[in-house]
Amino acid sequence: MTKTVTDVICPFCGTLCDDLEVVVSDDGKELFEVYNACAIGAEKFLHSQAKDRITRPRMRQEDGSWKEISYDEAIEYTARMLADAKKPLMYGWSSTNCEAQAVGSEIGEAVGAVMDNTATVCHGTSLIAVQDIGIPSCTLGEVKNRADRILFWGCNPAHAHPRHMSRYSIFPRGFFTGKGHAGRKMIVVDPRPTDTASLADIHLQIEQGHDYELLDALRVAFKGEQLPDFVGGIPKAKIYEVAETLKSGRFAIIFFGMGVTQSIGKNHNIDAAIAVTRDLNEYTKAAIMPMRGHYNVTGSGQVWGWLFGFPYAVDLSRGFARYNPGETTSNDLLRRDEVDAVFVLGSDPGAHFPFSSVKKIYNLPSVAIDPHETPTTEVCKVHVPVAFVGVEVGGCAYRMDNVPIETRKVVEAPEGMMTDEEFLSRVLARVKEIKGV
Amino acid sequence: METVTLTIKNQPELYLEADNITPDAFAGKKAEEIAALHVYIGREQHQLGDFFEVSGGAGATPEETKVVVNGDLSRVKYIGMKMTGGEVVVNSNADMYVGAWMQGGKITVNGNVDAFAGTGMKGGEIVVNGNAGNYLGAAYRGDWRGMADGKITVAGNAGSDLGTFMNGGEIVIGGDVDVHVATHAEGGKIVIKGNAKSRLGGQMVGGEIYVLGNIDVMMPGFAYREDVDIEMDGIKGRFALYEGDLGERHRKRKGQLIYAKLYQQIGA
Ligand code: SF4
Repeated sequence: MTKTVTDVICPFCGTLCDDLEVVVSDDGKELFEVYNACAIGAEKFLHSQAKDRITRPRMRQEDGSWKEISYDEAIEYTARMLADAKKPLMYGWSSTNCEAQAVGSEIGEAVGAVMDNTATVCHGTSLIAVQDIGIPSCTLGEVKNRADRILFWGCNPAHAHPRHMSRYSIFPRGFFTGKGHAGRKMIVVDPRPTDTASLADIHLQIEQGHDYELLDALRVAFKGEQLPDFVGGIPKAKIYEVAETLKSGRFAIIFFGMGVTQSIGKNHNIDAAIAVTRDLNEYTKAAIMPMRGHYNVTGSGQVWGWLFGFPYAVDLSRGFARYNPGETTSNDLLRRDEVDAVFVLGSDPGAHFPFSSVKKIYNLPSVAIDPHETPTTEVCKVHVPVAFVGVEVGGCAYRMDNVPIETRKVVEAPEGMMTDEEFLSRVLARVKEIKGV
Repeated sequence: METVTLTIKNQPELYLEADNITPDAFAGKKAEEIAALHVYIGREQHQLGDFFEVSGGAGATPEETKVVVNGDLSRVKYIGMKMTGGEVVVNSNADMYVGAWMQGGKITVNGNVDAFAGTGMKGGEIVVNGNAGNYLGAAYRGDWRGMADGKITVAGNAGSDLGTFMNGGEIVIGGDVDVHVATHAEGGKIVIKGNAKSRLGGQMVGGEIYVLGNIDVMMPGFAYREDVDIEMDGIKGRFALYEGDLGERHRKRKGQLIYAKLYQQIGA
């Protein structure tokens, strides 16, 4: 027999959908079906059921093969590696719960690590801009109920956040948005004709790398000042039209993604987009929100925000928190040989970092904590498989709009597997023993 | 003026944080005392003497102290940080944060400097006889009060994010610069003798930029006003004057908006 668990949270993308239904066996040991999730979300749940799943830690041997080791041995290796290093990098933290992030932070403090999360290759630049000029933001609920001008800048939710448009931004009928899609004007800024852009009322097909200039042009247009004939390939008449469209709405929201956060200008692009939002508030209500990728990268920024005062790239090596992206960011540290050990949890730098950085990880003492086999586990010395957060263990996660949502356990992890939090707590205890504190 | 000479004898594993290499930390100390000052590698504390040969002695005050640093310093950070007086001469490339938060005195680098040189500078002078990295004379992360006073001169090129949030002082670049110059600046003066790429003066409130070479892309928020003749500090010629950033907020004087000014040379 089976049972259906309702109101399940999807631990995949920053949309953190909370309406999934999951069919599991009566004893809670097997998971059969996932309803309401998009394809990538459902896949995450079904993955936990893979028959060839790795359930015990492994250590790389001289000849490159893996040897199974116990959790105790993995804990010992990890604690020794971190305690011996002068400046270890503890990276990832975006696909795990806040409880594990908090224990990891304690380890980081004890060993003088640099703590960095996936924002470093994603929305970290947005966080720099927020620190520089602040951010007028809102929740996705407000977007659903109020927003009638939706601007997607350098992001493609149709593929990266598949249910974002149907649940919050474009299609739903909310309290003041009873007409749903028909009552909203959708603008997309993207050099490519994406599936998201194909739904837009206005698609500004900007020349690659001119986002900063176009954002500045919008600000000039709001003020009614003169513009050059073209900005980033967009004719000025079109820019004035978009400025008018945004001003004439009752509630405008700008969503932005890696097309602007990781292209030339980086934090400056977001800085200018926030300035556009601020300007719009002179005429109507406007807000702006980053399309955060991993389901709990926002949470790791929150946890470090309240523990250390900074949301990513936190250097604890001197016993106090320092933060300077460009220096304390993972790729800069690896590129410049500033760290002497690498610990990865809840991310896959092997797949997302430049090859030169991955090579550096390969050459250093390194541990990867991940339920899956990934390109990262391939280059690390020890791989510790753990239970899937949000599937096999619950815990807190923050949605892209900074709303905390408690994820749920729906199925048992394979016999004898540890969770992130359990593993980290054991490493912390061992680190304290080694350091004699 | 007394001179302390540091010669690097052991290269650090990882990087050395040597914020004690300043006339301020050395003043009134003998060579042995200077060698006992702290440096850091990651979380480990060491002594300056573990990495440097120290000779000579310091003056009684920072103003009477000159520090000469020899050998390869490309893995040494924070040279001259927060110094208030005296002189530092670096006969090599230096890593990040040379002269960060400097208040007075002079630093001469006979080589290149990496990023964040002159961060949050308040006074004094930095001369780089090579190239400078990104964020030269910029504000520290999250600080909206950037370089306040003092002068930075670079013989070669500079990287991106030059003079972010600059409020005062002067930066002169002999060569070319990368993107984003004087972003959010409220004052100060930047002279670029070579070429600039794009995003000059984005979100700029006040201050001046002079470019003697080309500008790849002008910000849409900068509007051409008029041609003017300029003669100052070895710069002479006819310049096109642009004002901006029109999209940004600006102060008013006698009812008139005061814009930042960008001068581009168009003739001798
Ligand atoms: S949109 Fe994101 S959170 Fe929602 S079901 Fe798909 S992957 Fe999961």
